Amino acid sequence: MINQSNELSSDELKEIKDLCLKMRKDILMMIHSAKSGHPGGSLSCVEILATLYSKCMKHCPDWEKDCDFEKRDRFVLSKGHASSTLYSVLCRLGYFPESELKTFRKLGSKLQGHPSCTSLKGVEVSTGSLGQGLSIACGIALGLKLDKNPANVYVLLGDGELQEGSVWEAFMNASHNKLNNLIAFVDRNKLQIDGNTENVKGLEPLAEKLEAFGWNVMEIDGHNPQEIYEAVCVAKTMATPSVIIADTIKGKGVSFMENDAGWHGKAPNDEEYNKALAELEQI
Amino acid sequence: MPEIKKEKKSIRAQYGQTLVELGRENKNIVVLDADLSASTQTAKFGKEFPERFFDMGIAEQDAITTAAGLSTTGKIPFVSTFAMFATGRAWEQIRNTVCYPKFNVKIVATHGGVTVGEDGASHQALEDVALMRLIPNMMVIVPADCNETKQVIKFAASYKGPVYIRLARTNVVDVFDDSYNFDPHKAVVVKKGNDVTLVTNGETLSETLDCAKILEENSIKAEVIHLPVVKPLDEATILASAKKTNKVVTIENHSIIGGVGSAICELLSEKYPVKTLRIGTNDVFGQSGEQRALMEYYGLTAEKLAEKIRGIL
Repeated sequence: MINQSNELSSDELKEIKDLCLKMRKDILMMIHSAKSGHPGGSLSCVEILATLYSKCMKHCPDWEKDCDFEKRDRFVLSKGHASSTLYSVLCRLGYFPESELKTFRKLGSKLQGHPSCTSLKGVEVSTGSLGQGLSIACGIALGLKLDKNPANVYVLLGDGELQEGSVWEAFMNASHNKLNNLIAFVDRNKLQIDGNTENVKGLEPLAEKLEAFGWNVMEIDGHNPQEIYEAVCVAKTMATPSVIIADTIKGKGVSFMENDAGWHGKAPNDEEYNKALAELEQI
Repeated sequence: MPEIKKEKKSIRAQYGQTLVELGRENKNIVVLDADLSASTQTAKFGKEFPERFFDMGIAEQDAITTAAGLSTTGKIPFVSTFAMFATGRAWEQIRNTVCYPKFNVKIVATHGGVTVGEDGASHQALEDVALMRLIPNMMVIVPADCNETKQVIKFAASYKGPVYIRLARTNVVDVFDDSYNFDPHKAVVVKKGNDVTLVTNGETLSETLDCAKILEENSIKAEVIHLPVVKPLDEATILASAKKTNKVVTIENHSIIGGVGSAICELLSEKYPVKTLRIGTNDVFGQSGEQRALMEYYGLTAEKLAEKIRGIL
């Protein structure tokens, strides 16, 4: 399953592309069915989660049964509002049956609005309140290092989330403790609820800031699985923690959702849902 | 009634020493501090086990949330700083990332109450027990002396789930001898009496026992209950005493809103309404001063307590 070279084969790229299409359909179905959710930022990180879960991470769909559970790689969805993306990839890789997807956000569901680790196996930690995932990931990385456990920790942050001050406490902590088993992604879709990040409270020059905090920084196209995969391969060779700034499009794949902050936290109506699905079929 | 030895001991030093003992017994014990390891006494642990000690710097939110992450790898993190910053600055991290997923994180906060002293209001946590009691899955413990603190810390290490432990800055007299066994499910009737029930914990227990002696000179027999575990509350012990005395006074080095006073009044008003009086800081901030002067000012010394309690009898 795990590719040993730094490049994905054309078969593997096709496999990821197919997975991403399924995930986009799942995301729209879940949010449409729930009549609520966060399509914009869920669609922007599809390739990142698809590539990580299918090609980069050692993980355990059957949870505690089919792999060395303690040595599994950990993933933290710091931008917990992209829960539908996480649920879809977990489902498609065998963590739970497809029939559960439509329970998303409904009373009694394992698929809570924001991920809950006590509700669904495969969710490592509960998230949703922004600014905390990187610190949690640092804690996991510290614990693994203490145990000389070779597993890696992956964390996905939103870009708007970087306005939370506690994130920068964690950036300091990770480099101070040389947590090179920690690989962070920033889903740089450039939009937050109130508009463009640079108009709300500017993040740039982001790469320079992160470098100044002692991180190995890489900038990639966040919709290109090959680049995602290569960046992770490089990150695994570093002596410092790595952050991969993934340039993405909020709402990616659905023309009328793309680059529109209005689709941050809004569900499509029936007409919009059908139009979106029709567009995805064209890809 | 136990004989109170007047020699005062540092409850924080006891905490630091107990952490070291735990660290020797269990390699999964890890400790995080936020640049106050000399004050909280976690530095002792850091000296013996540097690889398991993380000084997170002046970053309480990061400290709490990192501890949450560590707990997912099987570690048992103890996080320490002043009560103000642990429960105030990092409240939402504690709520969402420690208690909601029921992670195995122990928050041991020192410098609770007005007896922080000269540093004044900005450092005097008078709301921490309230803030922690409010969160589902959180256990809240306020030990009274060194012997009990040692047992409470060891209990916390063995219990799976979030625990908040509040320690005073003040040195305290021993209330309990070696025969004392901390029971997380039990409030402790330290002195029996029929006229009024006094419920307290932490450093105000010894004051309350002294107050009971003063009341006894006025022929008032007070029952003194020590409530180390504020949550979950041992309702049976409180109700049994209230049924006997029909008058309940709560005493705490904390706001009368949200802490022991609220916990007891919530219980009594629903299950056995009796005359009550809450003694603590009365919806005000603290201020600078010498510890004893502050205790007097806020009415928490034995004499001041006795005066107030006589007023309702």
